[in-house]
Amino acid sequence: MKKHIALILAVLFILSALSGCGSKEGTLTLNVYNWGEYISDGSEGSYDTIKEFENWYKETYGQKVKVNYDTFASNEDMYSKLSSGAVSYDVIIPSDYMIARMSSEGMLLPLDFGNIPNYSHVPESFKGLYYDPDNKYTVPYAYGIVGIIYNANEVDEADTGSWDLLWNEKYAGKIVQFNNSRDAFGTAMYKLGLDVNSTDKTVWDKAFDELSAQRPIVYSYVMDEIYNMMESGESAIGAYYAGDYFTMIDAQADTVDLRFYYPDPTNYYIDAMCIPSCCQNKELAEIFINFMLSRDAAVANAEYTYYATPNDLVYNDPEYLDDLGEDTIAILYPEMDDFSAQYNKYAYRNLSADMLDYINSLWENVKVN
Amino acid sequence: MKTSSKIYTVLIFIFLFAPIAILLVFSFNEAKSLSVFSGFSLRWYKELLNDEPTLQSVRNTLLLAVSAMVVSTVMGTAASVGILHLRNKAFKAALNTATDIPMTNPDIITGISLMLMFVFAGRLFGLANSLSFWTMLIAHITFCLPYVILQVLPRLRQMDPALPEAAQDLGCTPFKAFFKVTIHEIMPGIITGAIMAFTMSLDDFVISYFTSGAGFQTLPIRIYNMTKKTVTPKMYALATIIFFVILTLLLISNLTDRDPDSPAPERKKHKGGKMK
Repeated sequence: MKKHIALILAVLFILSALSGCGSKEGTLTLNVYNWGEYISDGSEGSYDTIKEFENWYKETYGQKVKVNYDTFASNEDMYSKLSSGAVSYDVIIPSDYMIARMSSEGMLLPLDFGNIPNYSHVPESFKGLYYDPDNKYTVPYAYGIVGIIYNANEVDEADTGSWDLLWNEKYAGKIVQFNNSRDAFGTAMYKLGLDVNSTDKTVWDKAFDELSAQRPIVYSYVMDEIYNMMESGESAIGAYYAGDYFTMIDAQADTVDLRFYYPDPTNYYIDAMCIPSCCQNKELAEIFINFMLSRDAAVANAEYTYYATPNDLVYNDPEYLDDLGEDTIAILYPEMDDFSAQYNKYAYRNLSADMLDYINSLWENVKVN
Repeated sequence: MKTSSKIYTVLIFIFLFAPIAILLVFSFNEAKSLSVFSGFSLRWYKELLNDEPTLQSVRNTLLLAVSAMVVSTVMGTAASVGILHLRNKAFKAALNTATDIPMTNPDIITGISLMLMFVFAGRLFGLANSLSFWTMLIAHITFCLPYVILQVLPRLRQMDPALPEAAQDLGCTPFKAFFKVTIHEIMPGIITGAIMAFTMSLDDFVISYFTSGAGFQTLPIRIYNMTKKTVTPKMYALATIIFFVILTLLLISNLTDRDPDSPAPERKKHKGGKMK
């Protein structure tokens, strides 16, 4: 009997040691919360950002730091986890509209830019944007622009160039549309030249009519599934983010020739690093953000995620430009007169709950009819 | 008639196993695509071995599943013995129903209510991180426990109560009699219960999702979070490995389960002799 109890106690003791509870003296902990698959993680021989940070910190400050790197699947998931008060993270990387919401609810801490000297590498056009007009809370991590992906083996080059391609009846049954209300309505509203952040319901009704008209020629409403549908040639036309287009090209079938263009106007989004108010070690969090902006980490992450990075150490880096190639760079970093003006005008903002309900009910009708 | 029923069986099996077969085949694909099989390669298995965060989440999942299995098996077996010896029938029925609640309750309700409780307790003690490995362990024990009881209790009922009584007649304390006699009789139930608990804990997503804290994410959560981009074929490789591990466990579980059935008639004879 005693043996059994001793055995159980021994097992429990080993388990508690393994789980790392009662952390060792002198080891700092940093909890990072980011999108899944959104950082260079050492796979295929790439740069392991988290490990490099831990090593660099030890060398520079002589103290050990353990980074707990967790992932989330959507802004809303991240928001509900943080607002429940159940967990505390030191660095989070949400998208623009969620940052606006969190800062208005007092969930973010102002950054001490004295600890983030690399912020100087962020171009001016990415400062003072609507979600953080006074540059208090955020350091941009990556941005993306929506474009249209098409299979050149099936689509006539002459039909491309604008949003009209998604409504072209010639390609009925070959078109995929976003399966979420905001992005789907966005395509119709950019096409019609409407304001995507309008609080006027009749504006949304117009977009609803446009989406209903498109309904018969849409093959499927998709999010993630778009990768396989485009890669295999099952569908030929769809709107998605530029970075994801390159992920598709990597895996396209031999019979498929995917191409890409930006319609005008189009949607922009930015994901930015912030420090939530539950942060336990703000200075360490700022040092981590600064590290993420340093040349090696930023280039590795940009190459891993295939998203554009607002950091002059990245888009001016000869190695990065060489690795991605001229054509890729031209798509990821299109020339723009004034990014911030375009962004502030066309990016989605957080709408009132009432408006979102209305849009969602319209959206359900589009899909049902 | 016979051929039609055969066809039916084959169709059912195709329906059940085609998705797993596709996953298995594409885990050996050379390219990243799920639509084009461009050649056999172990690339994704190699990739998997170099993916430290994923391996860490696998370790977390295993650690959690083993701990939940050990604790819930010990607790469940003890609870079964207790329930069996209850005299008050109404109380016994009430207790049986109560232990079934975590099993019949929708996962999402169990998950949310546990999370609320942990957050409440965490606030009470002023913790910054009220969710951790330990809260997840408590949650997993909660939903694994009924499965253990469900396996062990019938075994106890089937067992001849005269066996532990005889041991006590021969000088064992009730405790000693349990470990000398009863536990051997109900071992198949304990093992099946433990394996059930392990697999339930391993593949739980909903409850883990609500009760996971900073720095401890399990594999199902990690895979779910990959949907910003596509799920990488590394995951197919991992799923293939997990599938075979679970398959082995199931086979073991079924084989050990069959053992006590064959010598059963012999035991009955034994019992008849003792009664006189």
